[in-house]
Amino acid sequence: MSLESWGMYPKVVSDVFSLQNESALKEQLGNVDECIAFGNGRSYGDSALSDNIIHTKPYDYFLDFDEVEGILHCQAGALLSDILDAFVPKGWFLRVTPGTKLITVGGAIASDVHGKNHHVAGCFSECVDEFRLMDANGEIHYVSKEDELFLATCGGMGLTGVILDAKIRLKKINSSSIRQTTIKTKNLKETFTAFEEHAHMPYSVAWIDCLASGDALGKCLLMVGDFADDGNLEYKQKPKKNIPFNFPSFALNKLSVKAFNWLYYNKAPSGTSQQRVSIDTFFYPLDAIKNWNRIYGKNGFTQYQFILPKEKSYEGLERILEKISQSGKGSFLAVLKLYGAKNDNYLSFPIEGYSLALDFKIEPGLFELLDELDKIVVEYGGRIYLTKDVRVSKETFEKGYEHIEKFRALRKEKNMDKKFQSLQSKRVAI
Amino acid sequence: MSYVLIVGAKSDIAKELARVYAKNDYDLYLAGRSIEELEEFSQDVAIRGGKEVVLKELDITDFASHQSFYDSLEPKPLGVIVVSGYMNEQHIVQKEWSESLQTINVNYTGAVSLLNIVANDMEDKRNGFIVGVSSVAGDRGRKANYIYGSAKAAFSTYLSGLRNRLFESDVHVLTVKPGFVATKMTEHLVLPEKLTAQPEDVALDIFQAQQSRKNILYTKWIWRYVMLIIKHIPEFLFKKMSI
Repeated sequence: MSLESWGMYPKVVSDVFSLQNESALKEQLGNVDECIAFGNGRSYGDSALSDNIIHTKPYDYFLDFDEVEGILHCQAGALLSDILDAFVPKGWFLRVTPGTKLITVGGAIASDVHGKNHHVAGCFSECVDEFRLMDANGEIHYVSKEDELFLATCGGMGLTGVILDAKIRLKKINSSSIRQTTIKTKNLKETFTAFEEHAHMPYSVAWIDCLASGDALGKCLLMVGDFADDGNLEYKQKPKKNIPFNFPSFALNKLSVKAFNWLYYNKAPSGTSQQRVSIDTFFYPLDAIKNWNRIYGKNGFTQYQFILPKEKSYEGLERILEKISQSGKGSFLAVLKLYGAKNDNYLSFPIEGYSLALDFKIEPGLFELLDELDKIVVEYGGRIYLTKDVRVSKETFEKGYEHIEKFRALRKEKNMDKKFQSLQSKRVAI
Repeated sequence: MSYVLIVGAKSDIAKELARVYAKNDYDLYLAGRSIEELEEFSQDVAIRGGKEVVLKELDITDFASHQSFYDSLEPKPLGVIVVSGYMNEQHIVQKEWSESLQTINVNYTGAVSLLNIVANDMEDKRNGFIVGVSSVAGDRGRKANYIYGSAKAAFSTYLSGLRNRLFESDVHVLTVKPGFVATKMTEHLVLPEKLTAQPEDVALDIFQAQQSRKNILYTKWIWRYVMLIIKHIPEFLFKKMSI
């Protein structure tokens, strides 16, 4: 069937195998030359695309829950949204969650996702106690934190095998509301200062107006917060809005994005303000709109996300924002965040520093612009996030990830390099 | 709390239905041919919803067992949802009588046998609801699957009559007509993406339709109009077509 990831680019025709049980998977791995696991299709680029897909979402049972320790044992296809539905009312929340809850647990591990609390809680792998992994020969490995396979699989983009099930730790909460503080800044300097000043807050993220230039370059709304303590754990889904079809691709242009950004920025009161918001509003604002990716038109879009080491972040970001602002290529969502220390996983994205993520619709001239930005990222010792990527070159990728040779060696040694391949892994020769 | 009985609980749609009803505070009887195959799943539902999940062995084609099966349910379910379905490839079904019989018995005769018993009880109590998962394939016979389709057509007609009969007793009957659904049963087929529903969406549609006492649910909704067109193609043309 025709398959695409969240960015709707590229579109590929793949044979899809639905994961229902281990023995059928073992057989399937014997039958195909190469394949890659595909969860709920929320990675943006080509990291889960291949001629042969192992669709893991149907493999989604909750197997056990330890109500004392808050440890959930579930199959890899379980969605984070399912976990929230079941456990928020009982006073549990994910220790680490990205900006969408519509991803599978297997995908969360393979991307070693992170969230607004990275500076205090690290990546998703921090809450993973152990998991089971099927290798290229159909053998099952029990993988725990001290294993090399753990370091390689968390963030390993599905290139070490198929994750079958995992034990993950949840955290206790005493409310399903967040006390949020919004800080409006006027430029990049103020934005950085605001991040540093609020580094003690468990959750923080900033929305940046990329089209602002001159004195206003880097102006943002910084949102920080923590769970309230009111004992109300109600968690009901609001009905979703839907984008029923692709917008025409001209709908998103410099003017419309400027107008949106102006409205969004000016809606917030100046200085510092307080709000009380729900889990879904705070963590997953875009999940409220089904198929929001369609606003970029049928040609699709990509998200460019990079991170720069902290001491060089200011200079690098200033140069990159200037370039984007000059190009006039719009992005509704430019998300800036200060990250904490990196972990030991071979291909996990986060390092200590500032990361910026921007959406661009696919159009002529875009990839040239991103190549230019890549040069600046490399110059400052930064890296690109594979989960969002659809176009980075082998050279740029390699310069960012110092453990890549260890990863490649392990893949070769364990015979994974032929069997588990995505369009992305071929492009950057992982 | 009220129990809902789901018959044919091993199917993908049934599993998602079980999750939706558990989430909405119903306890569950899950009935299928093999309890062992349902054990892991019942654990899943219990962890997710924290509701009571009772597994029951039931062969929908073993008509003689249906009365004692229903008698064994205590308390009696408030709602009964029949999801059992059997579809083999048409070229096999039309050659082998045993396959034809299996198709008819799972999709129609078995459901009638069980629902007769359920309906009599609910009519006496003047309380309850029945959901039958039929198919758009029952709306018109096509060469691609007319034995399956005719069994579903019979089931749809049965449900229509049952709804009519039980209206006076305030027992509601919902007929569900799914179009293409991405399930184990259809895995080997190439399905058009825009017309194909995911089992979790079908389950949610069914739950909402049942709660709001709809009579006939097409899911996805577009199938109501697809079938409206297909039903109105004149027979002299239709017989020449391959759709």
